[in-house]
Amino acid sequence: MAPAAIAAEWELAGFAAAELRLFPNSTIDAAQNSETVSPAFTLQPELHVQSDSGSDRFVAIPFLKADQDDSRRSHGDLRELYWRRQGDAWALLVGLNRVFWGVAEARHVIDIINQTDQVESPFAEDKLGQGMLNLQYFAAVGTFDAYLLTGFRDRTFPDDDARLRGLLPIDADNPVFEASSRRRHVDWALRWSTAIADWDIGLSHFRGTGREPRLPTSLRADGTAQFVPHYDIIDQTGLDLQFTHDAWIWKLEGFSRRGQGRRFIALAGGFEYTLFNLAGQGYDLGLLAEYLYDDRDAVAPPTRFDDDIFFGFRLALNDAAGTEIKGGAILDRHSHAASFSIEAGWRLAERWRLNIEGLAFHRIPARDLLYGLRRDDYLQLQLSRFF
Amino acid sequence: MKKANPALFSTRRIAPPWAKMIMAAFLLFAGGHAANDALAGPAGKDAAGKGLAIAIEADRRDHGFKDYAADMTMTLRSSNGSESHRRLSIKVLEGRDDGDKSLIVFSRPRDISGTALLTFAHKKGNDDQWIYLPALKRVKRISSTNRSGAFVGSEFAYEDLIRPEVERYTYLWLRDEAVDGQPAHAVERTPAYQNSGYRRQIVWYDQAEFRVLRIEFFDRNNALLKRFTASDYQKYLGKYWRPALMIMINLQNDKSTNLSWKNYEFKNGYNNAYFNKNRIKNLR
Repeated sequence: MAPAAIAAEWELAGFAAAELRLFPNSTIDAAQNSETVSPAFTLQPELHVQSDSGSDRFVAIPFLKADQDDSRRSHGDLRELYWRRQGDAWALLVGLNRVFWGVAEARHVIDIINQTDQVESPFAEDKLGQGMLNLQYFAAVGTFDAYLLTGFRDRTFPDDDARLRGLLPIDADNPVFEASSRRRHVDWALRWSTAIADWDIGLSHFRGTGREPRLPTSLRADGTAQFVPHYDIIDQTGLDLQFTHDAWIWKLEGFSRRGQGRRFIALAGGFEYTLFNLAGQGYDLGLLAEYLYDDRDAVAPPTRFDDDIFFGFRLALNDAAGTEIKGGAILDRHSHAASFSIEAGWRLAERWRLNIEGLAFHRIPARDLLYGLRRDDYLQLQLSRFF
Repeated sequence: MKKANPALFSTRRIAPPWAKMIMAAFLLFAGGHAANDALAGPAGKDAAGKGLAIAIEADRRDHGFKDYAADMTMTLRSSNGSESHRRLSIKVLEGRDDGDKSLIVFSRPRDISGTALLTFAHKKGNDDQWIYLPALKRVKRISSTNRSGAFVGSEFAYEDLIRPEVERYTYLWLRDEAVDGQPAHAVERTPAYQNSGYRRQIVWYDQAEFRVLRIEFFDRNNALLKRFTASDYQKYLGKYWRPALMIMINLQNDKSTNLSWKNYEFKNGYNNAYFNKNRIKNLR
């Protein structure tokens, strides 16, 4: 093979990060680690190769995490490892990839292609690489995506003695599958998305093993209780809508799901309004509010977002350091449980970035799903070096 | 960058191109004058018409480039002299019935590498703009009403980078004078669009090629805020002038930003399908 046929542009990138989590409270369970300072280390290199013509791309993004206090959080993953060919009106992707669907901020309702890497962060922003064959077709009426999804990924859960575990230990090694082929069940999904004037519209359907497990309890040999993940075959039809006009962005996303108890729906809808160039300083302040609704019954996987209101802000300083601060509160209208989150980040130097992340719980009653996390408030500092 | 001007991306064309050309022909050639005769005419109550004619001629000379790509390095200098850098590539498709479509992909700083900004400029109303955030693998439509805010922390505002459509300002020819030894027209222009950060600007076009050599920006209180200079112009396809260096100095806070351009390539055969929000995830 001639060298010219192999590659054109190679780029090695990625980051390494040192992380400290500070837990001010003692644990709910004496069996959990009570360390108040918990260090971890992350390595995520990225390789991007693109052919001369730009039609072929190869991407590899391995991920490694080492955590001193949570042996299950010490884990590796292939976030991405794929080859993609772009034609005139179509594209084909084979391999492991991450795909995001949705518009809402407080909860990623319709996002379903990838499993959540729950040990990485309780915010469900981190996803495990998913094996797939993705055919994309670009038509005048929008973009059509068809996915064949192979190799189910189990949700990651904190170790029995780790923070952010929840009320009971989780028997993550012995999940139960509805599909007799277990992790080899092939899932599929379809999506259509387009932009028309001020609207962005998406319709999607997923059939296969749902990424959200039910968590029934069972008894261990020693007589203590544990949660056992049960993964069911589901059908989920999703819709996402965004209307962007002047400084207003209106958002709605939701699904209807069958296969976990009776059919149920989930919604997140709201707005983001941005005050640009605040006080003539170039600062942009976005104000967000969303309503979260979910009418699943007790058989389905538990959710905290049954009837909740989210308020948040996003402050971008538009400075040389790229400083951004985000904060939010989610209030449960029934249990009155509240959780608060903050994320901030800025560049310290050309290759260095500091990120701060915090999560706090307030007035969590025993009947709320967050009850098991009520003493796991934390503040996380992450220093990243990019290469 | 459609004209010899500090335009990076986006355009909003209120009248179709042919209307502008007819208008230019009328203003420049009415009464049988050659273009430069008309432009060299006396000031006074004709100053507005002459200013407009100069702007139209600058616009006309850059029409029809179809598309181009370029790489740009941005150097941000703080008042104490410390520097930071951004590197990006840009692709622009010239609009026919509507505004230009443009795509910017950042490669530096490394923490935002792969971040892409897709803009559809429109004749009327706000532009459409999507941003791709690689860490979240997420494409988001964002609000494009913010014209006066800093672009990625630089001294360039978004409105300084938008290709200045003729109809978006009113004009007043001030005087003819030399800029660095080049004979130039000094034209005052006043934003006719909403949300501008400026009361007015003074633009110096060179008389030979109608390239922008210098712009002075006055804030809303009419105080001199920034001075822009463009230099090292090169001609592409025998017609389209592009500067290799742009400098924006903020005279109120002593910060500055340099844009250094290279690898200009014209007529790459881009089409509308290329500028698709579902394709910007794979452009790094």
